[in-house]
Amino acid sequence: MASAAIPANQIPETTNYLTNGFSLKSWLLTTDHKRIAMLYLISITLFFFLGGFFAMLIRLELLTPQGDLMTADTYNKVFTAHGMIMVFFFLIPVVPAILGNFLIPIMIGAKDLAFPRINLLSWYLYVLGGILILHVMLTGGVDTGWTFYSPFSTQFTNTNIIEAGLAAFIAGFSSIFTGLNFIVTIHRMRAPGLTWNRLPLFVWANYATSIIMILGTPVVAITIVLVAVERLFHLGIFDPKLGGDPLLFQHLFWFYSHPAVYIMILPSMGVISELITCFSRKRVFGYKFVALSSIAIAVIGFLVWAHHMFVAGISLYAAMIFSFLTFFVGVPSAIKVFNWTATLYKGSIEYATPMLYAFGFIGLFTIGGLTGLFLATLGVDVHVTDTYFVVAHFHYVMVGGVLMGYLGGMHFWWPKISGRMYPEGWAKLSALFVFVGFNLTFFPQFILGYVGMPRRYWQYPPEFQVLNVLSTAGASVLAVGYLLPMIYFLWSLRYGELAPANPWNAAGLEWQTSSPPPTFNFDETPTVTWEAYNYEEIDSKPQEVPVGR
Amino acid sequence: MADSHATAVQDVAAANPELRHHFADMAQQKNAASLGMWLFLVTEIMFFGGMFCAYLVYRVAHFNAFAAGSQQLSIKLGAFNTAVLLISSLTVVLAVKAAESGNRKQLVTYLVLTVLLGLTFLGVKAIEYTEKFEKHHVPGSSFQFTDTFDDNGQHKPVNPHEAELFFSLYFAMTGMHALHMIIGCGLFSVLVVLAWKGRYTPQYFTPIENAGLYWHLVDIIWIYLFPLLYLISRHS
Amino acid sequence: MSKYLPLWPDQASTIAGQVDALYIYLLLVSAAMVFLIFTAVFVLAVKYRRQPGSQAHPIEGSSILEITWSVIPFGVMITFFLWGAILYFKERTPPADATEIYVVAKQWMWKIEHLEGQREINELHIPTGQNIKLVMTSQDVIHSFFVPAFRLKQDVLPGRYTTLWFKATQPGTYHLFCAEYCGTSHSGMIGNIVVMEPQDYAQWLSGGPQAPLPEAGKQLFASLGCSTCHRFDIQGRGPNLQGAYNKPVLLEDGRTVIADENYVRESILNPTAKIVNGFQPIMPTFQGLVSEEQLNALVAYIKSLSQPPTGAAAAGNQAAAPPAGQPQTTQVQ
Repeated sequence: MASAAIPANQIPETTNYLTNGFSLKSWLLTTDHKRIAMLYLISITLFFFLGGFFAMLIRLELLTPQGDLMTADTYNKVFTAHGMIMVFFFLIPVVPAILGNFLIPIMIGAKDLAFPRINLLSWYLYVLGGILILHVMLTGGVDTGWTFYSPFSTQFTNTNIIEAGLAAFIAGFSSIFTGLNFIVTIHRMRAPGLTWNRLPLFVWANYATSIIMILGTPVVAITIVLVAVERLFHLGIFDPKLGGDPLLFQHLFWFYSHPAVYIMILPSMGVISELITCFSRKRVFGYKFVALSSIAIAVIGFLVWAHHMFVAGISLYAAMIFSFLTFFVGVPSAIKVFNWTATLYKGSIEYATPMLYAFGFIGLFTIGGLTGLFLATLGVDVHVTDTYFVVAHFHYVMVGGVLMGYLGGMHFWWPKISGRMYPEGWAKLSALFVFVGFNLTFFPQFILGYVGMPRRYWQYPPEFQVLNVLSTAGASVLAVGYLLPMIYFLWSLRYGELAPANPWNAAGLEWQTSSPPPTFNFDETPTVTWEAYNYEEIDSKPQEVPVGR
Repeated sequence: MADSHATAVQDVAAANPELRHHFADMAQQKNAASLGMWLFLVTEIMFFGGMFCAYLVYRVAHFNAFAAGSQQLSIKLGAFNTAVLLISSLTVVLAVKAAESGNRKQLVTYLVLTVLLGLTFLGVKAIEYTEKFEKHHVPGSSFQFTDTFDDNGQHKPVNPHEAELFFSLYFAMTGMHALHMIIGCGLFSVLVVLAWKGRYTPQYFTPIENAGLYWHLVDIIWIYLFPLLYLISRHS
Repeated sequence: MSKYLPLWPDQASTIAGQVDALYIYLLLVSAAMVFLIFTAVFVLAVKYRRQPGSQAHPIEGSSILEITWSVIPFGVMITFFLWGAILYFKERTPPADATEIYVVAKQWMWKIEHLEGQREINELHIPTGQNIKLVMTSQDVIHSFFVPAFRLKQDVLPGRYTTLWFKATQPGTYHLFCAEYCGTSHSGMIGNIVVMEPQDYAQWLSGGPQAPLPEAGKQLFASLGCSTCHRFDIQGRGPNLQGAYNKPVLLEDGRTVIADENYVRESILNPTAKIVNGFQPIMPTFQGLVSEEQLNALVAYIKSLSQPPTGAAAAGNQAAAPPAGQPQTTQVQ
């Protein structure tokens, strides 16, 4: 183990992106994509723990059937805050803004993204949106649920909808500019020889994500504007008494918010492709299929939004069409799961922490995705929609999927990002806490949903208590699983073993630079002559640095 | 080998002061900037698209009221504004051409003309909005609508709430469009100053092109707005 | 099931068993899929774990395998879709003979009106073995009428009627929940569905002093002045509503619509929206002048004008018989 690290007295003299300037100005006015990724890491992590804090409050209140921890209004504001923060300020940006920003230019052999200043602007927009949402929370919060359906949000609530909407609007533009940056970068700045078919699947995944970001986000932006305008001027855009239609709001809202969940999951799927290949030492099974599945998910994802509205009052025939299309979007996801599993066949598998997260992802995403099929099935959806079944489904894919992928990626690329190794023993333990805690938290919620507990309930009938207690117990285990990495990642910055350029002997251009990389990534733009995941070639060479930990 | 590469990079950089460090050459930079601008325009289309969608749904549901509201708009002013914008797109095209051929005076002239035409558009819009205000057609507490839908001589009564919906969308859509016009005028004003200072050469005039693309999009959006809002049921 | 750890809701409607059957099918297929993937990952991860001397064998892929494991799962998904769609079609097609009960949702309670005049708050008494159709609207925000034991829910919207039909099978008391977040007391907007044997229900019904809904509607029809224009004896300024309910109506713009409850409601609140062909647009609007309950009564009354005197609806639902030689002034196709 120690032989893979570099002894402290042999630290290379060259500066890297972290040591290239220590002033606050050099950070706050940076245009280096890696520094911007780190700025995002700090702000997104803060919001994650804030959202998690609200989750803790929810689970504590739900320990007992009565509403006894806080008032109903407070509870409504708490679950709204949890949803808004987790959706807009964590899940949407987490993998693209942190890992995508850091890795995409390096993975394609570029010195930076296409528009570094717009990249910095994206971060400032995120921060501005974040400040606004914090202010909203400090001045009484909003109580509409993150989905802010009209007419409740437009006419009945007295909370600060406009400011909250503005926060989401601004954060949305952060997202749009990130997506725009990624698309132009991937199209125009690939190193010579790096054809589309040689790209790492992480890049393909972020490309597909970026398409959704630029096409979908503006629609929720204009929806927020219409809601704000209706509140400000007492218009009737969504008010039936004034000729408006509350269902129009739902269509406009879900037109973005459904593709938004693919913005969340696709980059994590890209991470999984990187992890499985490295820790099986082989190319992914069916590279083209996996790459094109990402694009397919992005495209088909725009056609299914009204599956959130099967009992909302849409016509019978519209419901059937959307149900049918929803089954289509499950197919490319299934292809990916099968391809990742097939990659394990005849591999040489190492149980490093990132790989454990990848295994966890496959298991939990499979369950989450299958329960999505339950919801797509009209006859069942009528019963389980708006219950804890849906809550369980989306937490399986968002937490069991997106978050596991993110954590796996953070562990995998931590040596590259920080120049340090994390402590493997603690990391494996955390992964176990996360997996066990997660299932204990959310599996009982499937049962709760089918027996009829609706979502967003502050109080509930007594017979639902045992399942709720199980869920809260799981949440406390899960919380430990999330706190531990915070602690040991920070610890590693000072006490972790120094990392070599390629501690995993992984394929990919990012591993050809030092850990951490220099500011401009490469001294010379590489010319790529090899296929992605060329592990056969890599492993046939004699290794200077032994792998395996 | 590395040295000669480094020198080559330095030469390219020296010859092109506008070349940003992460691009290999000006061609790559210009390509990237263009693609970026086109993608941004796509997001603008999606943004306005939401409002067009709302408009479409409500016009089908409340046709009489929408037609009545539309008949209250000044078709003369709307048509004039359409002509103004079309001419301004022409001046933009001419500006790009001037930049391409290195004619600084012409470039500045056409940019200034574009701004003036844009301001004219906004001025006419202000007149229209004032008229709406005077007729109590601004949605909100002071809204009143007593007109009917003149369907070829037949006067059909209209639910004032539905008419208010028309005007809500009218103000939302033309207001958002006007906001984009203001941004465009601001953008072009900055370009006027930079062009005057000689910043743009035949080798580097990407900002003129990209700002031009933006202007053309805002123009096209108006080309859709005008018939949708002003020309409902105008056969009389 | 256990009172403390309910694992399955009660079945109390004819559709509940069918939903459960589909759910179990989905569960079995999903369990099989999960078992397959988990086993595959586990076995492969162990069998091909890194050992001294072990080497990975690169495999590019297999188009045949890709197509197989796309087509077969998709085929299975189609069975999910078809079964679900058929069930949904049944759920959303109320039988013609269903007894109507009106529901008005408001923050934060359910107000229920039986045709016979019984009113309930947060409780709905119904008999077993009878098709019931709820005609629902909201006074304020969107709510959702959810009965887990029936496996049914339907959003309740302001400004229009939505419907939900069922046939209860099992006497008992079952949860009624609001399932669309609606503000402070969303989780307090709960109640009971009380399913009774038909004879018990009949007894419960007869205990109420209120006038039957259509009767209340008839009184409103007179007191609000509707009868001035909508006459039954001679051609009035408005269409004759005798027998008009649920029939096609030709509008002056050429469209034909069905005069269902939403049409009647819209015609009262927004009369200029759909003018009947051959009539002048002179009807005033009653927006703000009638409550939801009054609207329900009017709709019930107009419905009753289409039912024969000895109709299937409960006693008290007697419509005035049209005089002989009545000119039909409503255009019917």
